[in-house]
Amino acid sequence: MKGTYLGEFQEVVLLTILVLNENAYGVSIQEEIERRTGRSVSRGALHTALTRLDEKGFISSEYGGATAERGGRRKRFYQVTNLGKSSLEEAKSLREDLWSSVPKVALQKVQG
Amino acid sequence: MPENQYHMPPKLASSFLRWFCKPSLVEDIEGDLMEDFNDHIETKGLRRARFIYFWSVIRFLQPFAIKKMSSSKFNTIMFRNYFKTSLRSIARNKLFSFINIFGLAVSMSVCLLMISILSEVKSYENFHEDASDIYRITNFYKYLEEESGLYASTSVIAGKRLKEEVPGIKSATIMRRNFRDDFVYENQKYALNGIWADEQFFNVFSFEVINGNPQTALLNPKSVVITDETALKIFDQLDVIGETIMKGDEPYQVTAVVKKPPFNSHIKFQILGSFSTLDEQQMQRNSTGWLGWSNMWMNYVYFKTDKGFSIGNIQASLDKISTDQNSREKYTNIQLGTQPILGIMTGPGMYNDLGSPMGSQTLWILGILSLVVILSAGFNYTNLSIARSLRRAKEVGIRKVVGAKKGQVFSQFIVEACLISILSLILAYVVFLLIKPLFLSLNPNMARILQLELTLTTAIYFVVFALVVGLMAGFLPSLVLSRLKAIQALKTSVSTKLFSSVNLRKALIVIQFTLTLGFIISANVAYNQFEHSMNFDKGFDSENILSVRLAGNDPEQVKTLFESIPEIEDISMAAMVLGTGERWGDYLKYKDPLDSTTIYYSSIDQNYIPMFKHEVIAGTNFEREHISGLHSEIIVNETILSRFSIGSPQEAIGEQIQVGTDKMTIIGVVKDFHYAPIDQPIECFGFIQKADDIQLLNLKVSSKNLPIAMDKLKAIWEDLDEVHAFDASFHSEEIARAYDTYELMFTIVTFLAFISVSIACLGLLGMSVYTAETRMKEISIRKVLGATESSLIQLLAKGFMLLLLIAAIIAIPATYYLFDTVILADQMNRISIGINEMGLGVLFIFIIGFLTISSQIWKAARANPSTTLRNE
Repeated sequence: MKGTYLGEFQEVVLLTILVLNENAYGVSIQEEIERRTGRSVSRGALHTALTRLDEKGFISSEYGGATAERGGRRKRFYQVTNLGKSSLEEAKSLREDLWSSVPKVALQKVQG
Repeated sequence: MPENQYHMPPKLASSFLRWFCKPSLVEDIEGDLMEDFNDHIETKGLRRARFIYFWSVIRFLQPFAIKKMSSSKFNTIMFRNYFKTSLRSIARNKLFSFINIFGLAVSMSVCLLMISILSEVKSYENFHEDASDIYRITNFYKYLEEESGLYASTSVIAGKRLKEEVPGIKSATIMRRNFRDDFVYENQKYALNGIWADEQFFNVFSFEVINGNPQTALLNPKSVVITDETALKIFDQLDVIGETIMKGDEPYQVTAVVKKPPFNSHIKFQILGSFSTLDEQQMQRNSTGWLGWSNMWMNYVYFKTDKGFSIGNIQASLDKISTDQNSREKYTNIQLGTQPILGIMTGPGMYNDLGSPMGSQTLWILGILSLVVILSAGFNYTNLSIARSLRRAKEVGIRKVVGAKKGQVFSQFIVEACLISILSLILAYVVFLLIKPLFLSLNPNMARILQLELTLTTAIYFVVFALVVGLMAGFLPSLVLSRLKAIQALKTSVSTKLFSSVNLRKALIVIQFTLTLGFIISANVAYNQFEHSMNFDKGFDSENILSVRLAGNDPEQVKTLFESIPEIEDISMAAMVLGTGERWGDYLKYKDPLDSTTIYYSSIDQNYIPMFKHEVIAGTNFEREHISGLHSEIIVNETILSRFSIGSPQEAIGEQIQVGTDKMTIIGVVKDFHYAPIDQPIECFGFIQKADDIQLLNLKVSSKNLPIAMDKLKAIWEDLDEVHAFDASFHSEEIARAYDTYELMFTIVTFLAFISVSIACLGLLGMSVYTAETRMKEISIRKVLGATESSLIQLLAKGFMLLLLIAAIIAIPATYYLFDTVILADQMNRISIGINEMGLGVLFIFIIGFLTISSQIWKAARANPSTTLRNE
């Protein structure tokens, strides 16, 4: 279980890749996360997460064409693998399971 | 955005990223950063964007991104391989390895000597606490328009005013030299030499105190501080505080015992006397001279500044003091200056220095000479390695085919060069140990200021030095070899690219021989100058004259005792040995009270002038039987007459001149003679008769039975004086000692010339062996076609001899210029440098060079063509 554990940030990254669909590469992922969550993500942190996800086999990547704005470097596009997708679903179902088990009373916010 | 010119991010950051980042990630990360960078330029400006880029790169220094550095295991394996191939190649080419190692070792030993000298000189005075804050006061002294000079000594008043008026001084001490006497303890005499110093002495300097309170030790008059060595000599123990020793009839109390000053201190003493002793005496006498501004010949002032206080401010205060004091003087102008204590050993030469500084000039000369020698040996390595790189080309080719990168091949050959230089270092250290005692005994001064002991620091310097030499010498060959293309290297034919370095090799040979020739010519010139000085007619005859130092004994008494020896033909008295550079001076005035010059003088008796065969051209010698305290008569040299336009020698007799404060009558005129070393001009000189000045007896010894006479003299002396050793030397020897510098220069340059010739010839030998080897087939074919041996030698030696010729053409004018306008330029009575001095050296090198080359080529030319041409 340890190997497939999905951290919160990694989950966000995976989902963002899915959201971006065809256009998921370093810069766009970062911008998308910043736009949606409003938190700033450092390049290093994002790449750490991407590397971890890659090691776990949750994402795969392939190089796209070189562009001038990247100084002739190619974009590396990421896709979520089936393993990644199932792990996302697993995480989601785990959560839903937990959600459904929470008694309604417990969710009521305490006054004061 | 696309229409914009894209800016490039900082190169340094990008290459850093590429260096540490995993190759699989680099492209991606770099691209992202680049995109960010261009965004940031638009939003935040170029400067800020560059900064962010830098920062982001640094933030990528995380474990996931850093590539696995080529594992250390891989490296050691590779290095072990380099090491092994290097050793094999050294062992395979015994001759070349020998030439390289031997040449490097010999010249490295000279450099080791230099390194230890430098590090020892650098270590001077650094044992003092806050040594960088310690300074001494120097005096720039000028009298009217004549005489000016920089003195390490200063006046007492300068020290006192410094203590009272100058802000920023933590502590300051006034010292005075010549605290020297025969001290008496329990009827035993001990000749001790030391300095007077005041109570702040131990605040400024950090000499180690064994017993006693350093703060108060030198406070009271008649106190002395002795070193542990002195204490053991006199009292046989160290706990001697409160003991008294007698100086003349005055008792001095021992207040502290200190460790003997370390070797690397320019202040050396056996005993310290409290300065207050002198101060009190002089102040009671109320003598004006004591606090005189121009009484600056004996005293020294050292001070320590407050932390962080700029020496510039202190100098400003000193300038004020100088201006104030100078305004009260008529003719004298003295400017106070400062010199850091750490700079004394390498500082400019000063009069009245307490120690004997090495001088930056000497260090520079020695440094440059050893650099030249090591360059020469380095050239050998470079030259031979490049020449022989043809042989290694195949190895390089194979390595490259197997996958070696340029950098790896480069480092392989650098490792080889370093290995050779480390092997040389071992040999060099042995040579260093051999030449060290020789070097130290070259000059008595050397042994006094240098020890040249191996310390950890110097050992580290040695190793670092060897590695640097290896790197430098190996750089070019490694570069040439690493640039080889595999395909070129593996082709059987000689690759054309290698031959582009032929010109470089020729240039190196020319430089090497130019330097060598320079050394040889210099040695020759120095030797001739030395000979010239020794045989120069100095204007007097000092043959077989033995000078005996009286060491305070009564001259008349000693004279009477010595007269009983039959081998002694004549005895005269004098104040000093003339011709050595020792001189006493005073002011000399004639009629005009404002027109003064310096007169140098010596006190003599009536026997002196005939004994030394001085030519009296007018007037008479001193006539009184015994010299007395009266000294109203003077015998002058011709220069005085012309300096003051006194007229002809005959007219001068009976004229009055003033020497210092004494009026004197000229009773005789002697022909000008060299009372100083001949490289100095003849100035005003006079003989006077002043009994107090007499320091030595000159004995004319018959040339037979010299040893017997010496033994007798010694025996008589030892009966007379038990404290001082018999100190006698021949006049001519003492004079010869004054020309030490030439002799020293000659010895050093000859030694270096010898080394340099050997190295250059070894190199030439290597090159000719190589040439003979590679052109073996050509030689054989020529021989088959009918070439004679001599024509073959001519053919092959021609190229080398041409190089030697070019070297000679460069070296001769360069050396001539060096000696003519730099080294000997301000010398009087120097030799002229002629064809002989130059030509001999060149001839010598040509012969040696030709023999070296032809020996190898001859061997090749004599070989049987059938054996060399058999296999093809």
